[in-house]
Amino acid sequence: MSPSHARPGFWLSALLVLQKDLLIEWRSRARLNALVFFALSTLLLFSFALGADTRILGRSAGGYLWLAIMFASVLALGESFRVENENGALDGLRLLPVDPRAIFVGKATGNAALLMVVAVVLVPVTLAVYDVRPLEGLPRLGGVLALGCLGISAPGTMYAAITSRSRAKDVLLPLLLFPILIPALIACSKAATLVLHGDAMQELRSWTGLLLGFNAAYWSLGILLFPSIIED
Amino acid sequence: MSTAPAIDAVDLSRRYGMRWALARISLRLDQGQSLLLTGHNGSGKTTLLRVLAGAVPASTGRASIFGLDLAKQRFEVRQRVGLLTHANALYEDLSAQENLLVPARLLGVPQPSARAAALLAKVGLEGRAKDSVRQFSAGMRKRLSIARLLLKNPALALFDEPFGELDPGGIEQMESVIRELQQAGTTVVLATHLIEQGQSLCSRRLHLSGGRAAQA
Repeated sequence: MSPSHARPGFWLSALLVLQKDLLIEWRSRARLNALVFFALSTLLLFSFALGADTRILGRSAGGYLWLAIMFASVLALGESFRVENENGALDGLRLLPVDPRAIFVGKATGNAALLMVVAVVLVPVTLAVYDVRPLEGLPRLGGVLALGCLGISAPGTMYAAITSRSRAKDVLLPLLLFPILIPALIACSKAATLVLHGDAMQELRSWTGLLLGFNAAYWSLGILLFPSIIED
Repeated sequence: MSTAPAIDAVDLSRRYGMRWALARISLRLDQGQSLLLTGHNGSGKTTLLRVLAGAVPASTGRASIFGLDLAKQRFEVRQRVGLLTHANALYEDLSAQENLLVPARLLGVPQPSARAAALLAKVGLEGRAKDSVRQFSAGMRKRLSIARLLLKNPALALFDEPFGELDPGGIEQMESVIRELQQAGTTVVLATHLIEQGQSLCSRRLHLSGGRAAQA
């Protein structure tokens, strides 16, 4: 009779939740495709709105890249909890029971991974459409993208869980999330711009430092608050 | 396991907004006993089962499950309780097998693949193991959620309308699963409108009306 066998610890539980989320995304690839196309359209719309002046386009490329990722994140985050609420699956996880903090870490990491996939697709398009080259190298751009996606997904997963049972969730999520993301958006845009156009004044370190701080704050808050968020 | 009662609830109530879905229910059920919950739609059966499973907290009153305080030891209570409800906790995009493997790994079940295969065979879904749940009928989903519950091997099994959506063969299979659990010493609480079926499985009965215990 239960509980008779050793249950996985915190990190293994988080890893299993992540594995489950990635498997669901893989099974329903149409959702990922839609997300990528939405982000691509956003990126292209910015370039149409600004006209054909490649100097203006290039100067703001980092900002537009992050705006496209941020807009796409709302779709991804909302979807990750729609799947959990569809048949009361989140209740199923809670009642197994799985440590809610492990659920948060697993889901937030899964959401960050999804955003990184979107970012990886967007980068070559940004470089081509906005006619820019990463002067500080692609690895640095990759680092900024990883930090930014992790920074969006931690508060995003928290707010997606809060709004997921509300009728107006599609409106509420961006309304609550976007103001929180402003410091991350500024840091991501500045850091990406420095990587693309060169970092003559050695400013990149301070912007990535801000991103690291933002990540530390919101991942800690998520781990701390998520149990209260998903418990009735 | 201790000899504490499986359920010991005193004045258990649950309010949603201004409405009391459950009002001052007191209940004691010893280990291995079975209880039939009856009542009209909206009488509080589902709420009582969800409170006892630790899915939602009681608004007032107290309860212990196998001697564990439901309010303070919710995680430990959940380890011992299995709940089968209308919401089947299944992932539509995963296959039947994957829907069992995910909780099996999270529960730390040894040899999860073999256990999932055995349970799928038990509920008659071995031929559909690789199919996505999205393609399943309501009855097949119910069978799969029974397998999910059995995976946990609960000491207290709570069934909310277990016979709903099942064909006659499925109902027979569900009865046999419940009897097997009872023979293994599992305490069972069964909420159903099929009173005849329920009475054949349970020795005690609690009728609810408007969230309160009432005469049937």
